[in-house]
Amino acid sequence: MTTIQPNDGDFKNLRSQDRPAEPSADLFVPQPLDATAREELAAPAPTFWKEAMERLFKNKGAVVSLVLLIILGAMALIGPSMNEFTYREQHIPHSNLPPKVAGLEWLGFDGKDVNGVDQYAQRGVETNYWFGTDEFGRDLWTRVWKGTQISLFIALVAAFLDLVIGVIYGGISAYYGGRIDNVMQRIIEILTGIPNLIVIILFILILEPGIRSIILAMIITGWVGMARVVRGQMLQLKGQEFVLASRTLGASDSRLMRKHLLPNVMGPIIVTVMFTIPTAIFFEAFLSFIGLGLQAPLASLGVLIEDGYDAIRSFPYKLLIPAVVISLVMICFNLLADGLRDALDPKMRK
Amino acid sequence: MKRYLIQRFAYAVITLFIIVSATFLLMQLLPGTPYSNAEKLTESQRAILDAKYGLDKPVALQYLTYIGNLVQGDLGYSFQYQGRTVMSMIGDRIGPSALIGLQGLVFGTIIGLVLGIISALRHNTAIDYVSVTIAVLGMSIPSFVFAALLQYYIGVKLGWLPVALWENYQSTILPSLALSVTVIATVARFIRSEMLEVLGQDYVTTARAKGLNESGVIWKHVIRNALIPVVTMLGPLAVSIMTGTLVIEKIFGVPGLGEQFTLSILVLDYSVIMGITLLYSALFIFVVFVVDVLYGLLDPRIDLKGGSKA
Repeated sequence: MTTIQPNDGDFKNLRSQDRPAEPSADLFVPQPLDATAREELAAPAPTFWKEAMERLFKNKGAVVSLVLLIILGAMALIGPSMNEFTYREQHIPHSNLPPKVAGLEWLGFDGKDVNGVDQYAQRGVETNYWFGTDEFGRDLWTRVWKGTQISLFIALVAAFLDLVIGVIYGGISAYYGGRIDNVMQRIIEILTGIPNLIVIILFILILEPGIRSIILAMIITGWVGMARVVRGQMLQLKGQEFVLASRTLGASDSRLMRKHLLPNVMGPIIVTVMFTIPTAIFFEAFLSFIGLGLQAPLASLGVLIEDGYDAIRSFPYKLLIPAVVISLVMICFNLLADGLRDALDPKMRK
Repeated sequence: MKRYLIQRFAYAVITLFIIVSATFLLMQLLPGTPYSNAEKLTESQRAILDAKYGLDKPVALQYLTYIGNLVQGDLGYSFQYQGRTVMSMIGDRIGPSALIGLQGLVFGTIIGLVLGIISALRHNTAIDYVSVTIAVLGMSIPSFVFAALLQYYIGVKLGWLPVALWENYQSTILPSLALSVTVIATVARFIRSEMLEVLGQDYVTTARAKGLNESGVIWKHVIRNALIPVVTMLGPLAVSIMTGTLVIEKIFGVPGLGEQFTLSILVLDYSVIMGITLLYSALFIFVVFVVDVLYGLLDPRIDLKGGSKA
C-alpha cells in the first residue's frame, strides 16, 4: 500500500488536529483473500434475455401455448404426409365421408353422419378418413394440415416483411429526426387513417389471386404499426448516455444502429411481430371467406372454413375441424404474445 | 384548441383525398370489364356503353369528373344494376348495417365494461380468470367463425332464432351478437388493465386514506378515471365492426352494405365498390377525428397545441 502525500497547499490553513492522520502501511490491513468465497459471490449476472425467459416460463398460459404451437407447427409440416392421400387428389366414390378414427369413436370420430348413419358401413369403405372427406372425396386430414401450413407460411412471411420494412422505416425516421422524421411521420399518419382491410381488398382485386398477392396486400399497410413502435423506442434510446458515448468514440451511424439501438428495441419488436402473426392469419382467412383468397385446389384454413361453411347443415365436421384449428392457432399466438410482452417489458403491460 | 382542431381536420381531409385518388387509380388497374354480359357485346355496343358511363374519356378527365361529382355528393351509377345511382343503393342498404353495427357496439361495450371492471376489482380470483379467458377467446376466434358456429348451434340445431332471414327484429339478434364478440373482448381487456393501473395510483390511496368508503373510491375515482382512455378504443372498435359487417352480413343474409360490397367485388361493379370504400374510409376518418378531439376535451393532461410529441 502506498502512502498518500497530502497536498500541502490545501492544508496550509488547517489546524494541526484537523489534519488527517498520515496513512501508513498498517492503517489499512487487507483481509486475507479466500479464493473460493470470491467464486461464490461473483455469480454470473443474469442477462436481460435470461431473466425474460425465466419470466416467460413462469407464465403457464404462454408455456402451454408455445408447446401447442410447436405441435401444431409440426403437424402442419408432417401432417399432410402422414397418410397415403394428397391434398388435391379427388376420389368421388368416397365423397362427404364423416371423420372416423379407430379408438376415438367416443369423441365423435365414429363415421356417422348427422342422421346417425354409419357412412363407412353403408358404402363399404375400408379406409378410415381421420377428419373425413370433402365433396370431391379429398382427405380432410391432409387438407387441414396443408391448409395450416399455408396459413402459417403466409402469416410468417407477412410478419417478417412487416418487420424488415417497419424497422428500417422507423429506425431511419427516429435516427435522423428533424425534417426527415416529420415527413415520414406525416406519411404514416395518413396511412393509419386508411382502414387497412379496404386497402387489402382493393389490392387483392387488382393482383392475380394467390399466396404472393395476399402477402403483398397485407404488407402494404401492415408495416406501419412496426414502424411506429420502432420509432418510439428509438427516440427514447437516442437521448441516452451510452449512445452519446459511442458516438463520441467515433462510431458510425450504421454501427450505432446495429450495435446499440437495435438490440435495445428487440423486445418490443418481438412482441409486435408476435401480434402481427395472428392478425395476418385472420386476414388470410377473412379474404378466403369472402372469396378473394386462394383458389382451389390449394387449401388454407380460410378456404377450408369457407368450404365447410357452405355445407354446414349436412356436414358440420367440414367447418368444425378447421374452425377449431384456426382458433387454437390464434389463441396460442395471442397468449404467447401476451406472455412475451409481460416477460420482455413488465412496464409495457397493457 | 382551435389550432389543434383545424390541424386535425386538415389531416382528415388530406387523408380522405388520398384515399379517393388511390381508390380511383386502383380501379383503373382492375382487370376485366364492368359489364355483366361483356362477351356478348359488339364493338359498337361497348362504345355506346363506354360513352354513357364516360369510360371513353382520358383517365385524367374521368378523375376530375369523379372528384367534381363527389364534391356534390354524386357517386355515379352502378354498372350492375341499370340506372341505379350508387347513392341510392347505399341509402337502401345502410339501415340494416347501421342497426346491427350499433347494436353490436353498444351491447359489446356494456358487457365488455362490466366484465373488465369486475375482473379488475376481483383481480386474481376465479371471476378474473374466467373473464380473461373470455377476452382471449373473443380476441382470437375470428368473428366469422364465431358467427358460423352461432348460426349452426342456435339457428340450426336449437332453432331459437332465424338463421339467414331478414324480416323482423329477431333477425338482428344473431348478427349483432356475432359482431359484439370482438368488442366485448377488446373493451374488457382494455378497461381491466386501465382499472388495475388506476387502482395503483396515489390518488386512490389518498381517497382511501381520507376515509372515503370503498364504493365511493371505486365509483368516483377509479372508474371515472379508467373510463377516459376507453374513448381511444372507439377507432379500433369501429374498424372491427366494419370488418365484421363485411362477412357477418354475408353469413346471416343481412341486406346491408357489407353484403353489397362482397357482391359488387365478385361482379367488378367499380362504382359501387368505390362508393362503399369511400363511405367506410370517411366513417373511419371521422371516428378517428372525433376520438382525438374527445380525448383532448376529456383529459386535461393531453396537450392540445398539436406540438409534435417526442
